[in-house]
Amino acid sequence: MSGETVAFYVLAVITLGAGVIVVTSPNIVHSAVALIPAFLGVTGLYILLNAEFVAVIQVLIYAGAITVLILFVIMLTEGGTGLRVHQRNEQGVVGAAVAGAMAALLYAVVTRTAWGTGTGTLPAYTPGAIGQSFLGPNLLVFEGTSIVLLVSLIGAIIIARKED
Amino acid sequence: MVTLTHYLVLSALLFVLGLFAVVTRRNGVAILMGIELMLNAANVNLVAFNKFTAPAAVQGQIFALIVITLAACEAAVGLALVLAAYRSLETIYVDEINLMKW
Amino acid sequence: MSWALELLRAVVGTVLIFTGVAVIAAMFGVLLERKISGWIQSRLGPKHVGPQGLLQTIADTLKLLQKENIVPRNADPLIFASAVIVVPLAALLDYVVIPFGATRGGPLIYRDLNVGVLYFAATSSLVVVGILMAGWGSNNKYALLGGLRSAAQMVSYEIPIGLALITVAMQAGSLSTVAIVAAQTTSAPHVWYIITQPISFLIFLTAATAEVNRVPFDLVEAESELVAGYFSEYTGMRFALFQLGEYGEMFAMAAMAVTLFLGGWHAPWPGRPLLHPVLWFVVKLYVLIFVFMWVRWTYPRFRIDQLLNFSWKFLIPLALVNLVVTAFFIMVLRA
Repeated sequence: MSGETVAFYVLAVITLGAGVIVVTSPNIVHSAVALIPAFLGVTGLYILLNAEFVAVIQVLIYAGAITVLILFVIMLTEGGTGLRVHQRNEQGVVGAAVAGAMAALLYAVVTRTAWGTGTGTLPAYTPGAIGQSFLGPNLLVFEGTSIVLLVSLIGAIIIARKED
Repeated sequence: MVTLTHYLVLSALLFVLGLFAVVTRRNGVAILMGIELMLNAANVNLVAFNKFTAPAAVQGQIFALIVITLAACEAAVGLALVLAAYRSLETIYVDEINLMKW
Repeated sequence: MSWALELLRAVVGTVLIFTGVAVIAAMFGVLLERKISGWIQSRLGPKHVGPQGLLQTIADTLKLLQKENIVPRNADPLIFASAVIVVPLAALLDYVVIPFGATRGGPLIYRDLNVGVLYFAATSSLVVVGILMAGWGSNNKYALLGGLRSAAQMVSYEIPIGLALITVAMQAGSLSTVAIVAAQTTSAPHVWYIITQPISFLIFLTAATAEVNRVPFDLVEAESELVAGYFSEYTGMRFALFQLGEYGEMFAMAAMAVTLFLGGWHAPWPGRPLLHPVLWFVVKLYVLIFVFMWVRWTYPRFRIDQLLNFSWKFLIPLALVNLVVTAFFIMVLRA
């Protein structure tokens, strides 16, 4: 087995194992903390895929900001109090069935399709290529995203702030 | 040899985990966590396709970056909604938030 | 089997960085802190263990090693125990991209990533997760308050740090730490970025002080309000590991400031350096560490609202303006 294969399987086990804890843990704080290995596992996958810029942004935004925000909101709303409350609704069986069906469908689609393979190599310095692309052909997408960011920033402030 | 299919299967499994959380969790924050897992699965797909089918372009990575940005927006607004719900209804369990049910 | 070699290299690197940080940053840093605080407050500081009290921290460490590890009764044992690992680990990850000096074979750095500066920002933001875990896991309201304050504070101060890093990366035209050092010292004008980017430097230092939770931004562990904040409930070696994480993070921030703004391991003048490059790096590092400690024993603490306002209403707009001005000058000078 090559190093890449070993790394892939290790990262897959980390990601999916942490994902299972996120999804099934009866303790919401454990779920939120387990998000971090899940995100870091995905970061490792990005590095395997030679996307180091996306990997770093993933750590910065997901592991460093979104998880912290989630933990923050859990602690503001429940603190330590809500832990004994039932975390799962009565749709457990149906949900598992739906998820299982979805998994089977996706697996069938993914393994039976003949995915085309492209030729060429990734640019030597991907951050540079990404920057060029964001200010060139993808400028409109970039600007659109920034507007969405601004709108959601203002929206989040207005929704979350106390009325007085 | 790790092929595109490996990544796609992994991301499908991650997506399904997220879906399960969204369907079965009662806690609003836990549902958001499921959505984050699903977005991550989509990102793995985007970056994997970028590497295996069109390596010369960085379009897949750009999509992934935009998805990460939008995920941050979604988390901010979603968590603000959870906070607002907690403040006015004193619960963050989505099956107890049923003011508009009938 | 090159990947096995790589794995070995990672293990050896981790051990080396860990011992280095533990001895140089944490043990010597604590001693220095006590000596400097004594000097600023007209006291003597530790004096009795070893010559001039030099062995004081070793004695403290030995004492902490013998203490019992107490876990509060209703604490979450898993989270409580794992927080201890997360905080120092996140601090240690910072050191991967810091060039400590140069030898004949090239710069002395664990790995010269081409996204080094961003990597630093990303890993230094991971510390807060450990702090939140410690705060919540202790099942203590002071610890939880400390954790929450730290989350709000660190998320706010990451933005000015990021913006300050971006201006430097823009001027150097690279995100790699080695390339940034080279841009300051070996290429044409030989100007350190502290001269061309003084505002970025001040923003970085201020936000770094907040990021490592030191006075005047130490609300996370404000002794007079929160006992010891998020690590109130930790005893013995666990407490020492938190200290290690904190000092490790402070030294990492100072080392990054040296790399980005003070020309890294190079002497202030071109030509003969007089000192070994690693020594130059250490000298600059300790100058900045001294500034951190000087500030700590000079200024009083902020209030939490002042702290957040300072970041959102002053530092971030200033950093944004600085970014735009830098971009403008880079465009003008290139054209």
